[in-house]
Amino acid sequence: MTAAMLTAFSDTAAVAGRNLRTLLRTPQALVFATIQPMIFVLLFRYAFGGAIRVPGVNYVDYLMPGVFAQAVAFGAIGTAVGLSTDLRSGILVRFRTLPMARIAVLAGRTLADLIRNLLVVAVMVGVGFAVGFRAANGAAGLAAALALVVAFAYAASWACTALGLRVSDPEAAQAAAVPVVFLLVFTASSFVPATAMPGWLQAFGTHQPVNALVAAERALILGGPAARDVLISLAWSGGILLVFGLLAARSYARMGR
Amino acid sequence: MSDTAVEVDGLRKAFGTVLALDGLSFRVPAGSVLGLLGPNGSGKTTTVSILSTALRPDAGQATIGGLDVVADAARVRRVIGFAGQFAAVDPNLTGRENLTLIGRLSRLGRAQARVRAGELLGSFGLTAAADRLVRTYSGGMRRRLDLAAALLHRPPVLFLDEPTTGLDPESRFALWDSVRDLSLSGTTVLLTTQYLEEADTLADQVVIIAAGKVAGTGTPAQLKARHGTVLFDLGFAGPSVAETACSVLAAGGYQPDRDGAGVRVRSAAGSAALTGVLRALEGRAPDPVSVAVREPTLDDVFRSLTEGEG
Repeated sequence: MTAAMLTAFSDTAAVAGRNLRTLLRTPQALVFATIQPMIFVLLFRYAFGGAIRVPGVNYVDYLMPGVFAQAVAFGAIGTAVGLSTDLRSGILVRFRTLPMARIAVLAGRTLADLIRNLLVVAVMVGVGFAVGFRAANGAAGLAAALALVVAFAYAASWACTALGLRVSDPEAAQAAAVPVVFLLVFTASSFVPATAMPGWLQAFGTHQPVNALVAAERALILGGPAARDVLISLAWSGGILLVFGLLAARSYARMGR
Repeated sequence: MSDTAVEVDGLRKAFGTVLALDGLSFRVPAGSVLGLLGPNGSGKTTTVSILSTALRPDAGQATIGGLDVVADAARVRRVIGFAGQFAAVDPNLTGRENLTLIGRLSRLGRAQARVRAGELLGSFGLTAAADRLVRTYSGGMRRRLDLAAALLHRPPVLFLDEPTTGLDPESRFALWDSVRDLSLSGTTVLLTTQYLEEADTLADQVVIIAAGKVAGTGTPAQLKARHGTVLFDLGFAGPSVAETACSVLAAGGYQPDRDGAGVRVRSAAGSAALTGVLRALEGRAPDPVSVAVREPTLDDVFRSLTEGEG
């Protein structure tokens, strides 16, 4: 391993540590990341769930894969808000004047968000089991599904990194990210089957990354042929990571030109 | 090691259609304090941003200890410290955590960063607040922490962008003391300011910039002597007495202005001219009840410099 790589790893760890500490000390961010999906669980499990019939499956088992996806998608908004906060406060300017690895600012932020997402997903699995969720296909299937969720979460946080670097302030970042996340989460079969939506909406809803993720999760958790759905979801996550990772890196490199 | 710590040659930078720097050139001798003085929008922040590698110039060159700020940016970052206009510290970390983080990112080892953070907290009077979150700090404490954050790797060249703007007088004096101490220990300091007083107190050399160009340069004393006007405001017992004093002064070759019981006298000769003014009045008019001296301000010097150009 070269000295430059060691520097990059050490700086990434330092920045990630800073972001995790910041997260712990702004409890509203953690609350937003966990309470909100919990409310969705309670709403859909008990308030709406009785009226929703999904053939061939217990509704709670249908619901939870959607909740996992929703939780990390909403959480990604925090990445955009956090980065634009740093941008405005001048901390990113200071980082640019330090003899640190360039990549560490973004890699550290997304690493911290990855750890936060692992936490959020773990909490949501616990909540799911508490309200009657069971993984019919066994622990391995559930673990694989959660790995897909985390992979998607990582890609989404790079997308929000790219966004956060391009908007002027945290409010704008939030305003830009929220509609996109809502659109993706609610047009997908996250809580109800997209087949119940009108055709034009269904066409969009079934051809986007959140839907692909939820479909792959369900196949892995409930059982059945999963390979195709898993590949599609991985392709989405990989593609998002590649495109937005490059965009974010380019935005960061171009700052100050 | 060359005698010039910072060399700026023909820097140009535009933001869209706004020309921020228009061929700026100056040099900072090693170990000295240079004050970059100018009104808002004159290009001060742009200049220090370029020198501290946060911003790239469109044209021109700048070197720090012979290293080019664009081509050798990575090496430049090892020898500079930078504190921007807004305290760029994390409000959700403690003072100690902030410094330890910046120390690690400044290539100190983990242990060394911790030691150095402790030292700096001590020398900036923040030891008692070291383990409190920065969001509970006052503005002055944040600024001190921000300055400390620029010093972790003991940079020989330090850039400070309006370090005291928005601070109360006490915090301002404390920061001035810190800058003086750094300068005494051999650090080259380039600071921007809107206050002539600040440049006067701290700087060996002053560069006045306006519209991205050098408008004047010299020691603070030279600049004021050359371009400044001192105002003496004399207060008298009443308007009629003031009127008498006015005529006496006019006869003595001064150009006094009366406003009620007050008389204002201008002098290009500096504060020392006050003795002459008082001597001119002695025995010929009643003594003034109050005397105030207004030193030349950046406005005066600045106006004088830009008028001279036109």
